Amino acid sequence: MNPLYAELQWLPRAPQGFSESLKALEGQVGPLGRELQALALPALDLNQLTKLARVIGKARSNGKALDPLAPFRLAVLSNSTIDLVVPPLIASAARHGIALEVIQPAYDQVAQEALTPDSKVNSSKPDAVLLALDYRALPLKLSLGDAEAAFATVQGVIGYLQALRDGIKANSNAVCIFQSFAPPVETLFGSLDRALPGTLRNLIDGINRQLAEYVLGSGDVLLDVAALAETVGLADWHNPQLWNMGKFSFSDELIPLYADHVGRIISALRGKSRKALILDLDNTVWGGVIGDDGLEGILIAQGDARGEAHLAVQRLALELRQRGIVLAVSSKNTDEVAREPFEKHPEMLLKLDHIAVFQANWNDKATNIQAIAEELSLGLDAMVFLDDNPVERGLVRKLLPQVAVPELPEEPAYYARTLAAAGYFEAVAFAGEDLQRAGFYQDNAKRASLQKQVGGVDAYLASLDMTITFLPFDATGRARIVQLINKSNQYNLTTRRYTDPEVAAAENDSEVFTLQVRLADIFGDNGMISVVICRPAEAGVWEIDTWLMSCRVLGRKVEQMVLREILKAARATGIHKLNGIFKPTDRNKLVADHYGKLGFTKVAEEESGLTRWELLVEGVDVESAPMKVVSLGFGSMKENLRG
Amino acid sequence: MDEPQVYARLAEIFKDVFDEDSIKLAPDLSAKDVDGWDSLTHIRLILTVEKAFKIKFSTSEIGNLENVGDLVKLIKARS
Repeated sequence: MNPLYAELQWLPRAPQGFSESLKALEGQVGPLGRELQALALPALDLNQLTKLARVIGKARSNGKALDPLAPFRLAVLSNSTIDLVVPPLIASAARHGIALEVIQPAYDQVAQEALTPDSKVNSSKPDAVLLALDYRALPLKLSLGDAEAAFATVQGVIGYLQALRDGIKANSNAVCIFQSFAPPVETLFGSLDRALPGTLRNLIDGINRQLAEYVLGSGDVLLDVAALAETVGLADWHNPQLWNMGKFSFSDELIPLYADHVGRIISALRGKSRKALILDLDNTVWGGVIGDDGLEGILIAQGDARGEAHLAVQRLALELRQRGIVLAVSSKNTDEVAREPFEKHPEMLLKLDHIAVFQANWNDKATNIQAIAEELSLGLDAMVFLDDNPVERGLVRKLLPQVAVPELPEEPAYYARTLAAAGYFEAVAFAGEDLQRAGFYQDNAKRASLQKQVGGVDAYLASLDMTITFLPFDATGRARIVQLINKSNQYNLTTRRYTDPEVAAAENDSEVFTLQVRLADIFGDNGMISVVICRPAEAGVWEIDTWLMSCRVLGRKVEQMVLREILKAARATGIHKLNGIFKPTDRNKLVADHYGKLGFTKVAEEESGLTRWELLVEGVDVESAPMKVVSLGFGSMKENLRG
Repeated sequence: MDEPQVYARLAEIFKDVFDEDSIKLAPDLSAKDVDGWDSLTHIRLILTVEKAFKIKFSTSEIGNLENVGDLVKLIKARS
């Protein structure tokens, strides 16, 4: 089975201790909705969904409030055994902000329940009735090659479905959720089955098409099970063994997916679908890092495999905008640099005009997303945030749990598919004004200005379980050091470029202090992310010749930790002062105040914009950040310098 | 996989399926001994076992299961 769908891979994986968290909830007083929704958020298997539903059911029967989940009563009419499906429906609805109550009449009582005024379903006054029928519920008579009989069969089925609907409307006035029908895998002739009137495939095709048209006109809702089954594969959808054993109409492994789809529809009926898509830029909207790779270096062109993957993201975003989804940008970048591709790159599909709020700055993304929501006057629960970086995703999920943040696979070719599979923008109807909606928000949106920092970043950083490793330059790291020195543009104080032999010379010069810095966290090893070279100036003084860092680890307080390491080495070698230089380029505005923020004093400013800074080593104390420090291989240097 | 390993893994599965920590697995344990072990939970149990051990049972094998001992025998024969 395709794991994207069968395992709901856009959702984070279920945490260890899921059952324990559930148990802990049972004793809690006060409304449980938020906690339940948080527990429902990850991808859960059938057993986990069943347990979660049990806790929800217990809370309800104990009279506990489920706020802020929106209550919804759903009756399910089916010709198959739905007992395994009902608990997952309840749990998955919580994921979508719904406190679902399911009314389940006796097995295979579809017509009786729909047509009898005081049936269990009708007398329970449901908000909606899900007609969870599969093709085996329909009066389908094969009429091979007989177009007229086939037409009559299709009409008969549609008439039957309409009669069910009319009964439900008359008796309870509930919304009807019809399912399209997943055709069986087995053909009679082969490919001819599609074309020949009166084959099962041909009949089901006809029924699905007519049903869709009927629903569009009637104000009811369609759950496109046929499309869902085709997406995952009909052979995986249908499981004849399960049907024979217990009249389960589709594979147990796809119950979580099906239940999530029902959750989306209900959430859309309650007006809870998401309304805005916030895009990261580097390695999401285009391949590469604009600040480092430049306009010519980013990958976005047709004909380039990586570029086309990111173009597909742009295309999907643009199409979503056309149907009324508001687009915004949140990028860690200098504003002008981030805008450049939108303005100048000929292959970009997205233009600045399409973006309602453009937030490119160096704040953490949670702060930016909050600003975007305020600017658009939309709730955080209307937001979807797409970012390739797992650390950014984790931060936003932690600090702004209302925002939907899809997990993304390693391969960018699957970004667009993953976003679409998540179904955040499910709609049950489409009206003309939807077409104008994105523009409407955009008109009202002014560019968000500075915001207050969202609390709790430190706690999040601590939860990343970071380990920072310091090493002097060595032969093993040299290739990457040379690459970083020649590629980094944004977080680069002096932008001095060195060749391999020059780096080797620094490595072997006992007067020069060098640092290669690596960072690992719970998401894995980020590899080498920072490089520092300090050269002796006058006696007892180091000049920081090079200090650069990968923007990927921005906002993690790495620079503080690097300074602590430099100070430690300085003290050990009798250095009393550090001199820092900021040499401006058109790319490194980000670090203009790097030294200022770290406690250096500005001592000179040249006409070119170059600034000079110094820090007295004695007595200075740089605040530590929550990460484990590993410092390797500096013993020999100290001895060399002393000797 | 030897028998103690199968039992250990099964114990986790029972805990997960029945949402109950106190079930003590033994060869002669059967549906009548466990609260909530009805036909639906039985199906869920079998499906979970199939997934966990990456095996598939035939309909008649499932039909012939009398107790935990039978299930363990079947798993051992397959994995």
